[in-house]
Amino acid sequence: MSPTTTPTVDPQTPSTSAYAAIDAGKPRFAWVRGSLQQVLAAASLIVIVIFFSVASTHFFTANNLISILTAATVTGILALGTTFVIITGGIDLSIGTVMVLCGVMAGVFLTYWGWPLWAGVLATIVFGGIIGLINGVNVSILGIPPFIATLGMMLIAAGLSLVISGTKPIYFNDTPAFQQIMNLSIIPGVRFPLGVAIFIVMIIVAAILLSRTIIGRYTFSIGSNEAATALSGVNVRRWKIIIYTLAGLFVGLAGVLSASRLSSAQPTGGMGLELEAIAAVVIGGTSLQGGKGSIIGTVIGALIMAVLTNGLRIISVPQEWQSVAVGIVILVAVYLDMLRRRRD
Amino acid sequence: MSAVQTPPLLELEGVSKGFPGVLALDDVRLDLRHGEVLALVGENGAGKSTLMKLLAGIYTPDAGVFRMNGQELVIDGPRHAQEQGISIIHQEFNLMPDLTVAQNIFIGREKRSAGLFLDDRALNARAQELFDRLGLALDPDEPVERLTVARQQMVEIAKALSFDAKVLIMDEPTAALNDAEVDVLFDLIRRFRSPDTGVIYISHRMEELARISDRISVLRDGRYIDTLETASADQKQVISLMVGRELRSEQRPGPVAASDAPVLSVQGLSTKRLLRDVSFEVHAGEILGFAGLMGAGRTEVARAIVGADRRDGGVITMRGTPVDIQNPADAARLGIGYLSEDRKQLGVLLERSVRENIVLASLRDYVSGLGFVNNRRIEATGKEYVSKLRIKTPSTAQLVRNLSGGNQQKVVIAKWLAKDCDVLIFDEPTRGIDVGAKEEIYALLRQLADQGKAIIMISSELPEVLRLSNRIAIMAEGRLTAVLDNADASPEAVMDYATRFSAEGTIA
Repeated sequence: MSPTTTPTVDPQTPSTSAYAAIDAGKPRFAWVRGSLQQVLAAASLIVIVIFFSVASTHFFTANNLISILTAATVTGILALGTTFVIITGGIDLSIGTVMVLCGVMAGVFLTYWGWPLWAGVLATIVFGGIIGLINGVNVSILGIPPFIATLGMMLIAAGLSLVISGTKPIYFNDTPAFQQIMNLSIIPGVRFPLGVAIFIVMIIVAAILLSRTIIGRYTFSIGSNEAATALSGVNVRRWKIIIYTLAGLFVGLAGVLSASRLSSAQPTGGMGLELEAIAAVVIGGTSLQGGKGSIIGTVIGALIMAVLTNGLRIISVPQEWQSVAVGIVILVAVYLDMLRRRRD
Repeated sequence: MSAVQTPPLLELEGVSKGFPGVLALDDVRLDLRHGEVLALVGENGAGKSTLMKLLAGIYTPDAGVFRMNGQELVIDGPRHAQEQGISIIHQEFNLMPDLTVAQNIFIGREKRSAGLFLDDRALNARAQELFDRLGLALDPDEPVERLTVARQQMVEIAKALSFDAKVLIMDEPTAALNDAEVDVLFDLIRRFRSPDTGVIYISHRMEELARISDRISVLRDGRYIDTLETASADQKQVISLMVGRELRSEQRPGPVAASDAPVLSVQGLSTKRLLRDVSFEVHAGEILGFAGLMGAGRTEVARAIVGADRRDGGVITMRGTPVDIQNPADAARLGIGYLSEDRKQLGVLLERSVRENIVLASLRDYVSGLGFVNNRRIEATGKEYVSKLRIKTPSTAQLVRNLSGGNQQKVVIAKWLAKDCDVLIFDEPTRGIDVGAKEEIYALLRQLADQGKAIIMISSELPEVLRLSNRIAIMAEGRLTAVLDNADASPEAVMDYATRFSAEGTIA
């Protein structure tokens, strides 16, 4: 027997024992762990809901649950789009202020320029997409790190909102139907707003995009191993631009809904919203290292944040403490995820 | 006309490629015949990987012609190379760990409906078809990150062959495989080989070339040197062509005078996952080699000793005193240095300078009371070790990234010497290092032992273990099955102890 062969293997035919040797290190029941973070997030959501339901009779009512969903809508839609970017291993810090800028642009299209409602709304969403496209070009063609590229865009958008609006809110007086986009009650008898329905549709759209389309496949692939994806003949630069543009379209929609909700385009604010959206994504188990994540996780993450804010207000915890609570939730969620990974 | 020889499957002529400051390939030729496995060997820097990248379409040549079956071939990008029937399996896997096996194989070639939607069921079916054809036992729907390294390689091969490859190029394909896995790989290669295909096989492992290749082509310093028929070539001849000089013949070390007390003694070392009651000792001036199959627990022993992994039981004694090692910092303080098998991840800071790396473990000695780092002394220490270990670098300020594998390894060794370690644990010290540099590392290890260091050397290359070790510890399934004197350790004996599995009913 030569030193380089083992007695169990016949070199001509790969016997099952040869494969058994290869299989030795394969973890069993690994598939359970993949979805554990989502299960964990969902379980935490349920625990939090039960806690508040016990703590206050005002919490678990149809009206309050709908207002939680309403509160989750804008951040949630931002989070949906940014989930794609984060799975590629990137980050988009500009979504908060760009959303505000999109609201201002809706004011420009509809109030300043007097466009019809459908055109103004469409143009606003496309505008968001264009900003996303610019982010994508900056990241993938110019090679600016996503953190810096979108930090720059965050400041640019914050400034442009003020410049374009002359620092004053823009009201949608000529298009009264604009505020119905978010607020129209679509179920008789229940105050179920159209905006929440749009959110739900967007969840489904995002979930299909991520799991069933080429965009989603390359999103995971780039985040998993960008160099290898490029070597496999995928035009990584182009797909990154597409992914940032897609995230921008979601931002544009969020801008429409947010302005509609307030019946006006408020040129200030938006800063910090990107971090709330990123928090929702992270709580939902999407890895900032890229390659891992899910839409359902992001939705649960956004709901956890909305339920916490709402519930703490209902049980009369001062607002100052709400942000503390959200911060703790983020740390706990990510720590649990780390624990899980370490065990693997 | 029938007397005219058929042109080779792949032919390279006059190929040159330069980079600023270097001529990586200089007028290189190569021919791959139909149905053969052509081994391509050469030291690091000989031009193998540049040649590969030209064939892969990652670089374009400055001069030269490629011909496939006599037809001139112009390769325009990685995708084009694959479409022309040239598939390459790179040393570092190009897989997406989060994607499934099938998704990885067909990445970039997915069938879409309406330009957007994917059908993973069809994708899995196509992958399954491919596996059936190749006789591979892979699950198309399993995420790649859950596969062992060997199976990931199977995925790479399946991916390469899914392009209907005519020429398969493999770069160090066995670097991370154990013997059984190598057998499966070789079986695949043999079955891939047909009258209209061929394999170019790059490897540093000489024994493998004899097993799998038909001919061996040698590159040195960017130039084509010679091609030998494997059947009539001997290993020393190939090595001398590679390095351009005859290497002195191997000499196996004898036992060291065992009169002195051991420097390091390990009693009953166990871990929850693998190790069972491992006991051994190392003396000053001794190299204790650790042999065993992949997964036998050799690296785990090292990691448990230095506190990188949790111990479940066992006593570690240094010079007669039991010591408590909770983490690698404790081990370093006691003078135990561990040189990981994964040099780039765990051994060096690639983006930092040579001198910073050298003083990394002993940085405290270079910090004044106020917390300032004394850069002049760091520079002096850096220079000292660069000359002592003959590290090839223009200056101590050079980034480690720019050094060759062998010189990076020397930097790691220098780091632990600067820390004044008495016990050095080398885990695969020559992995990914070319033959000439290997000799230097061997000489360095021997020299360190002669200076009185106690050395533990873990290696998957049996010839390396036999050549360097005074004594050889052999592991199987987390247990130490034997400690042999070098004189008693034939390859057959080592293999025998390495396959002594504990489970009842299997090999006795």
